[in-house]
Amino acid sequence: MVLLTRKIEFSASHRYHNPSLSAEENRRIFGKCNNPHGHGHNYTLQVTIEGEPDPVTGMVLDLKELKEILEREVMQRMDHRHLNYEVAELAGQIPTCENIARVIWQLLEPKITQGRLHRVRLYESPDLFADCYRNGANGAGKS
Amino acid sequence: MSGTLKIELGRRYRFSASHRLHTPQLSEKENSRIFGKCNNPYGHGHNYVVEVSMSGDVDAATGMIANLADLDAFVERQVLEEFDHKSLNEDVPAFREKVPTTENLCIEIFRRLKSFPKAKLERIRVEETGNNSFEYAGENQEGNRP
Repeated sequence: MVLLTRKIEFSASHRYHNPSLSAEENRRIFGKCNNPHGHGHNYTLQVTIEGEPDPVTGMVLDLKELKEILEREVMQRMDHRHLNYEVAELAGQIPTCENIARVIWQLLEPKITQGRLHRVRLYESPDLFADCYRNGANGAGKS
Repeated sequence: MSGTLKIELGRRYRFSASHRLHTPQLSEKENSRIFGKCNNPYGHGHNYVVEVSMSGDVDAATGMIANLADLDAFVERQVLEEFDHKSLNEDVPAFREKVPTTENLCIEIFRRLKSFPKAKLERIRVEETGNNSFEYAGENQEGNRP
């Protein structure tokens, strides 16, 4: 099996706020991320595909195709958007790295027809990221 | 569908410390041969990067595996306060006996962080320099890198 990773970057705004909690609770739990008018990040997304190289083309999947899928599913949906208000798949969820990574997995997984999705890693900043992968992949998630 | 997915939170921390690779179990000559420059008598230092990966359920109310403020405070207390601007050989008890290679450093940091109460520690990855990195995922897990 070979792993192939493509990276894209997008910029978006968000706010952490749960309407079922009091203003005070929101402030305590989310801190600065609860500021009323939101804030933004430059996100870096690494998408890893697993598979066997095609014997004729030598490719697990055509990178052009992956690029188009990422453009359509992620860039057009999230780039220069407000994640709380403009991304339907995130409605009702706090747009944390964990939740965005899971939504991106769910958007991409059915679209990958050659090879299969192995991991979605989303960096909110160079020091904070979330990984989403299939439970049990590479022996992980035994617990 | 999401029940079949595993989510991990990754956070990177930095500290600077000195060390010297040397073991009294070997002769001076052997130490010098095996450890090379890293055996120079007065030690040297690195800017270390520690990458901590935690897994757990994403809390529906907060969207988080663990609150970052809790994780940051725990790592600060368990690792950074004790390692930053210190000599690993002299100031960290574990390295009085063991050579402070980055392999052993990964294991020691894993040991110090595995009791984090709010999520499960999956793995520690330490960059000794931009060109060298090491990972440890605990005794019972074999290279469970996602």
